[in-house]
Amino acid sequence: MMVNFDLATVWAFIIAFAVLMYVVMDGFDLGIGILFPFYRPGTERDQAMNAIAPVWDGNETWLVLGGGGLFAAFPLAYAIVLPATYPLMIAMLLGLVFRGVAFEFRWRDPRHQRFWDRAFFAGSLVAAMAQGMTLGALLQGVHVEGRAYAGGWLDWLSPYSLLTGAGVVVGYALLGACWLAIKVEGDAQTRAFRHARAAALATLLAMAAVSLATPFLGQQYFARWFHMPLLIALAPVPVATVSVAVLLWRALGRREEWPPFLYALALFGLGAIGLGVSMWPYVVPQSVTIWQAAAPERSQVFMLIGVGLVMPLILAYTGWAYWVFRGKVGEHGYH
Amino acid sequence: MFSGFDATVLARMQFAFTVSFHFIFPAFSIGLASYLAVLEGLWLKTGRELYLDLFRYWLKIFAVAFAMGVVSGLVMSYQFGTNWSVFSDKAGGVIGPLMAYEVLTAFFLEAGFLGVMLFGMGRVGKGLHFAATLMVALGTFISAFWILSVNSWMQTPTGYEIGPGGQFLPGPSWAAIIFNPSFPYRLVHTVIAAYLTTALAVGAVGAWHLLRDRQNAHARKMFSMAMWMAALVAPVQIFAGDAHGLNTLEHQPAKVMAMEGHYQSHPHGAPLYLFGIPDDRTQTLRYAIAIPKASSLILKHDPDAPLAGLDTIAPDKRPPVWIVFWSFRVMVGLGFAMLGLGLWSLLARARKKLYDWPWLHRAALVMGPSGFVAVIAGWVTTEVGRQPYTVYGLLTTAQSRSPIAAPAVAASLLAFILVYCAVFGIGVWYILKLMNQGAHPHETGPEQDERAPIRSAGITPGPHQHAAIEDMGEDSGAGAVT
Repeated sequence: MMVNFDLATVWAFIIAFAVLMYVVMDGFDLGIGILFPFYRPGTERDQAMNAIAPVWDGNETWLVLGGGGLFAAFPLAYAIVLPATYPLMIAMLLGLVFRGVAFEFRWRDPRHQRFWDRAFFAGSLVAAMAQGMTLGALLQGVHVEGRAYAGGWLDWLSPYSLLTGAGVVVGYALLGACWLAIKVEGDAQTRAFRHARAAALATLLAMAAVSLATPFLGQQYFARWFHMPLLIALAPVPVATVSVAVLLWRALGRREEWPPFLYALALFGLGAIGLGVSMWPYVVPQSVTIWQAAAPERSQVFMLIGVGLVMPLILAYTGWAYWVFRGKVGEHGYH
Repeated sequence: MFSGFDATVLARMQFAFTVSFHFIFPAFSIGLASYLAVLEGLWLKTGRELYLDLFRYWLKIFAVAFAMGVVSGLVMSYQFGTNWSVFSDKAGGVIGPLMAYEVLTAFFLEAGFLGVMLFGMGRVGKGLHFAATLMVALGTFISAFWILSVNSWMQTPTGYEIGPGGQFLPGPSWAAIIFNPSFPYRLVHTVIAAYLTTALAVGAVGAWHLLRDRQNAHARKMFSMAMWMAALVAPVQIFAGDAHGLNTLEHQPAKVMAMEGHYQSHPHGAPLYLFGIPDDRTQTLRYAIAIPKASSLILKHDPDAPLAGLDTIAPDKRPPVWIVFWSFRVMVGLGFAMLGLGLWSLLARARKKLYDWPWLHRAALVMGPSGFVAVIAGWVTTEVGRQPYTVYGLLTTAQSRSPIAAPAVAASLLAFILVYCAVFGIGVWYILKLMNQGAHPHETGPEQDERAPIRSAGITPGPHQHAAIEDMGEDSGAGAVT
């Protein structure tokens, strides 16, 4: 497994960064949506909503960057992956429609607030499940002929993709619960810690199950992970995962505020490393490499200039927006 | 339901439906973001509460419209891949980077500052809040810049090379791609359209409340501002549209032939058809009412100039005339109606009757939605008029679509229609409700709306309001949507 830092490689890391940013940022606000039925109607739900209302739109923009970036930097991969996961993509987009408008609509129409709360929950759940299943569908491989997807409508549906879908749902719930524990106080916080523990347990189980199942999906994954020099180089990944899991569990038990969220982020980061090791150098696993899918060099260079100039600014003002809305959300909005 | 259509037609219907629905929201939010920036700027400059009230009032409407724009826009960014994957593979190297720049320079800017704009008034200083509003407004404009560059490149492609696999590759100059021949015209025409659309919507809200109470200071201010905009910008828009049309004649003559209903060539000056029923089967315009030689006069500035007709275009390369002919007339007709409204308002101003002329207010009310209709009609004209191509003259629509079977495209189309009509229909209803309420002195912002007291920005509502919300929540019961 050699990594030469050519343009396509740089772009693979940029796309991976955008997707990871999306997963952790929209992950916590989708997670709050997934846990929404467990919050008491009224104050607790309003608080949960307020904990993400000022930032959700920025979080979701990373999804546009992930999708748009894939289109721009690896158009062939975009042209294969979207048809291959067509129903999942449609379901995700419609789910995001429902949850996105719920942020505004639930305040506009108090008589139907319960309805929009349900739409917020269902939309978040469907979007998260579809994203997780897309991951599974890609890892298990898609049927490509020439430059196009050549499989059936339901190739993406398998026990493995259901497993990865469920894994992402509980993982997002973990992020959401940990974020909420930072933003609220009292009873609501106690419940957030309880949710976080349950979600942490489920997430770790799902990570273990996916890690065990993936090497047996295809020869490549097995060879990649259980090949001698690399096995030692990669050994720290599972070890670190177990350590972080223990730290997360203890931090939740001690009702620490920021550490659980950071440990949950670390879990996602480790999961991403594992995924990267499995996938490299494919952008469509087992069929299209990043070099085969790469856009022309001129396209990648032109965009790289934009990323280099603009990304620091984006990170700076996004950070500033989070800073403006720092602290507890309180029962009556931010104090 | 869609069993009679092939997958290409279904994919086109899906794109047309989702993009038309989507564009309603940005057409409004591009203009509204700038209007909000103007209102906040006036408030900071004059200190008059009236401007702050109007700012907060329109901010609530902006929040709802923007949320719908975001989620329907997200669908668009994936639509290229789901239904048009061959197009994406072939053109991704050229238009992909432009869309990536849109995300980097526009979407993040809008989204990053939107939270502060909506909820941050009590948390940052006035100057910083105004800066956030300006950034959101700037973001909407930058977004229009990039996406219209992409669309224009597809209409008038320049600066590309063709790769060995038939892929479009960028040439040495990105400026040649971005500033393709139709882009400046389309950008100006579309952005002005967004401003005009917003002005007419704001004017209609002002008119509605003036019809109820002529002394309503908030209604007067928004009506006056909107009518200035209509009077000044509608004529500019007609000139911009004319210039855009001449540009189209140069680069996409078949589109103009369809717009004009010119099935036949006219070697000695072409007539301007005011009315007619295009019949693509017989290639004739029935029941035509024409002004002789006027089309040549408009398009060539010479009544006797020859104009080629669709008979010079291969039959399989002609756009469907019926749609283009009529959508163009709807757009132009509404454009002149807007000009008429603007002139009427100037007359009313001269006679000092701007707030005391109910018929003017009724006309402004009726014209409220006209901008949206005109904008959609304009897009239909340009998009149907460039058929049968996605990349004009180079890649046909039929060659561009994904290997997705018709039933799958039909099912997703049906899902989009149901969800969009329900969700965005309700959203539009909420906007209309807000418009009906009107702006009041001491207007609350989205963060402290009386119905949603528990938002950010340090406002602390009394506990009774709080209980009221909870009660409402309890009452609504299961699945209570009507």
